[in-house]
Amino acid sequence: MKKFKISGHNILLLITVALFVVMYAAGCVVYASKGFTHLQTFLNILINNAGLICIAAGMTCVMLTGGIDISVGSVVAMDCMILAVGIEQWGMTSPTLMALVLIIGVVFGVVQGYCIAYLEIQPFIVTMAGMFFARGMTAVICTDQVSIVSDKLFVALSNLKVNMPFGIGAYQNKKGVLQIPYVRITVLIALLIVILIYLMLKYTKFGRSIYAVGGNSMSATLMGLDVRKTKLKTYILSSFLSSVGGICYCLNTMCGTTTQAAGLEMDAISSAVIGGTLLTGGVGNVLGTLVGVFINGTISTLVKSNGKLVSSWANIVTAILLCFFIVLQAVMAKIKEQKKA
Amino acid sequence: MNNIKKLTKMQLFLPIFSMILVMLVNVIYDMANGNAPFSFFSISTQLTSSGNTVLYGRLIDILNRGSEVAILAIGMTLVVSASAGTDISVGSVMSLAGGMCCMLLAGYGVTNVSEYKVPLWVGLGAGLLVAVICGMFNGFLVAYLNIQPMVATLILWSAGRAIGLLLCNSAIVYVRVPSFQVFGAYVGFLPTPILIAAICVLIISLILKFTALGTFVQSVGINKRAARISGFSSAKIILMCYAICGLCAGIAGLTATSRIYSADTNNIGLNMELDAILAVALGGNSLGGGKFNLAGSIIGAYTIQAITTTMYALGVSSAEAPVFKAIVVILIVVIQAEPVKVYFRKLSAKKAAAKEA
Repeated sequence: MKKFKISGHNILLLITVALFVVMYAAGCVVYASKGFTHLQTFLNILINNAGLICIAAGMTCVMLTGGIDISVGSVVAMDCMILAVGIEQWGMTSPTLMALVLIIGVVFGVVQGYCIAYLEIQPFIVTMAGMFFARGMTAVICTDQVSIVSDKLFVALSNLKVNMPFGIGAYQNKKGVLQIPYVRITVLIALLIVILIYLMLKYTKFGRSIYAVGGNSMSATLMGLDVRKTKLKTYILSSFLSSVGGICYCLNTMCGTTTQAAGLEMDAISSAVIGGTLLTGGVGNVLGTLVGVFINGTISTLVKSNGKLVSSWANIVTAILLCFFIVLQAVMAKIKEQKKA
Repeated sequence: MNNIKKLTKMQLFLPIFSMILVMLVNVIYDMANGNAPFSFFSISTQLTSSGNTVLYGRLIDILNRGSEVAILAIGMTLVVSASAGTDISVGSVMSLAGGMCCMLLAGYGVTNVSEYKVPLWVGLGAGLLVAVICGMFNGFLVAYLNIQPMVATLILWSAGRAIGLLLCNSAIVYVRVPSFQVFGAYVGFLPTPILIAAICVLIISLILKFTALGTFVQSVGINKRAARISGFSSAKIILMCYAICGLCAGIAGLTATSRIYSADTNNIGLNMELDAILAVALGGNSLGGGKFNLAGSIIGAYTIQAITTTMYALGVSSAEAPVFKAIVVILIVVIQAEPVKVYFRKLSAKKAAAKEA
């Protein structure tokens, strides 16, 4: 058996995990009376952030190549609007619409990826244009808030509770009724995606090329890798996953509005950064990103549990954590450099 | 033919060209609607409700509304040039500066005042000071800890607006005093924001002309190490660029606050950082750092506003306008892209070869 070694790469992930555990434990101690200790509280973080997990997984891949995709939040808003308006006004069925949304995601990724990989335009500018475009299209489709009520399958999917097997973590609520913790179907989709992306990054040729391109695109080219194709594929993957995330998000909110999911791209980026992914590329892990999403979710749950704090405190705490991790990464990079010298 | 080539090679060609294109669309639209063909350019005077005679017209409107982005574009140009990265916190810093200023002027927790708690200059000064501190914080992370600019400024992107909200006790703080409103209203017949933007541009141009700052910034942007070896402190210059960018964000924030005489921290400067970055890119500046052209960025900023105003004139709603903005952006950056340029160069070379044969 290989010995587990603490190295520069996984120490960031370890710190992230430790921080999450400490934070959650602190929440359990302070807010035990508000049900923080129940398994359901943790599962609610998963349920609320299922869409974000999908998006952050895609974002991690893009960031590993050294790029960025800030269009994802707007793509989610556009997806939700297409689903809502499609069901309520165009009279289409939800499976067709879901397929349509996924196809739109792929097309979006192809256009953005082509501009970035083959026309060599800065990822930030291209995806910013994508962000404007998707946000504007949302308004072009419909400017009102549209709630989804009439598609039976979609409503059923949204309401579907997947209970924990064997009643793990069952508890009695205030009325003494036994409650079995549950997750929504979106959580299963999100976790499946994280596992698939993890395996892909670790074991497939495409996954290894992503790391190689992000680490040093020059040496990747010399190794015979098609850097452009890898980048194109990564952006397609990211847009596709943001469409999957959009469907998950829509299953959670059950409506489409023009201002939906504003700033979601930054949540995804900060989750990835907290999870140890470097924006310069080449270093990172999708499991770290998952923990990053957990940390973001825990912060907002803690602020909500307090009840007296204004929601902007969640932003401030996230920013402080972000600052801490970024500085830590920078310091570690400096130490590494000194060791080399 | 040679003259045309010379013209298209000029750095300011692209921004000016896109500006002219936008104006042309307006002229065609006016003609199609039976208006006078140049009604877009007409400037008239109008009597305001407070009894002043002020300038009025679409051009004035563009200059007025585009002031904030133009001011931001000054700082953003320097930051992009020196550090090859963008400062995405400027929108949040705008909101923070506005919130700080109004909180001091009105007192904490008060949402509506008609006289100052502290002198006006204290409020304005504090707003600007906070903005400069934010800029220096960003600059410190980028210059001394070698953190990627976008990641470093992501911190204040998230925290700036939130702190502004806390300062204002999560409410909109109104300061209904004429001497505060003047920064977003009119001085004589001219809208004040135009004046503020003009002064900012003038000061920075004078600095660039009479000091070596521009050269320093560019050399740091082109090669940080070489700049350091040739004897000037790269880190200090980058720090200064970010501080200037923070100051610009502060000025823009106070202008935006004064325009609506209230600190609406949730909305002031929202997505403004994107417009500022766009202005820099439209101005023909490379986002990869190095050489910069301030005039291009400023023209870029007003071009963005011209596009927005044109959209409204064409009857596109403010929520739908981003679609067209995105298309314009993509077209402009694709024209500028190196592979596309190479392709066209090859095409014209082929044509020339065919002619000779």
